[in-house]
Amino acid sequence: MQLSSQEQLRYSRHLLLDKIGEAGQLKLKKSHVVIVGCGGLGCPAALYLAASGVGELTLIDADNIELSNLQRQILYKTNHLKRSKVQTAANQLQALNPEIKLNTIENTVENADFSALINTADIVLDCTDNAASRYFINRACWQQQVALVSGAAIRGEGQLMVFNFSEQSSPCYQCVYPDLSEENLNCSNAGVVSPVLGIIGSMQALEAIKLLVDKKSSQQNKLLCFDAWQMSFHQFNLIADEHCKICGKNE
Amino acid sequence: MKITVNGQAIELTQAQPLLKVVEDFGALAPFALAVNGQFVPKSQHQAFVLNEGDMIDILSPVQGG
Repeated sequence: MQLSSQEQLRYSRHLLLDKIGEAGQLKLKKSHVVIVGCGGLGCPAALYLAASGVGELTLIDADNIELSNLQRQILYKTNHLKRSKVQTAANQLQALNPEIKLNTIENTVENADFSALINTADIVLDCTDNAASRYFINRACWQQQVALVSGAAIRGEGQLMVFNFSEQSSPCYQCVYPDLSEENLNCSNAGVVSPVLGIIGSMQALEAIKLLVDKKSSQQNKLLCFDAWQMSFHQFNLIADEHCKICGKNE
Repeated sequence: MKITVNGQAIELTQAQPLLKVVEDFGALAPFALAVNGQFVPKSQHQAFVLNEGDMIDILSPVQGG
């Protein structure tokens, strides 16, 4: 596989980087990233991955675009109201970068034949808004040993975690938050400052690119907490819970 | 024994399990815990022994997207 002259020009600012260069750009071109949730996090993450030249993106979301989405879901315009999120997102992303392949699944992740789908994927981005989907995605990625980049945001807070399940010692999402219930807060009932989604979603795209180009450079096994009002980042080192009901060695 | 919880100084008169300290502080489940920047898995919350100067962070889950 080679980069065409058009791609050489399109990706020239990546090609200038020691840490990406032509070899890294070709890795991106050969890669398949699955983005679950095309809302506040999924929009910026998908925009950056498409612009960056990740060769294949699969978008999963069952929802249509609503007026209250437009405050933060930056792929969608006012004339897109009531249309499918994944179809609209795919159209926008294809216009941004005709060199990449886009797949859409207009369904919930639970009904997307997800395990079979991610079998051929390099990375999954969890951009969903509820605990049940997060647990479902985590279990599938752990079983298939597909790297998971988990992002979340609410009010003025954001969190980022990267799980490289090809490593035996990797913790999983369930190790960190084993007892979430459905009653917990989401953006619809608690609100969220719009650019926080851009910060966390962009970091998900960045970590995906780092994983694809050079696994060692990524932010694995850490929980990064962002506070918008303090403009502060705090980082915590994660370890697996040996009693975790998904990945636990003693379960 | 002096420790901090979410940056707030706390004086413990006797050694106490991590879980009791954060519950007395007012933490409501669900939460994750870290001591000195290291995540402590839930299965160790009860048994974890605190030391002088330990810095505890109570981390609330964020699920929105």
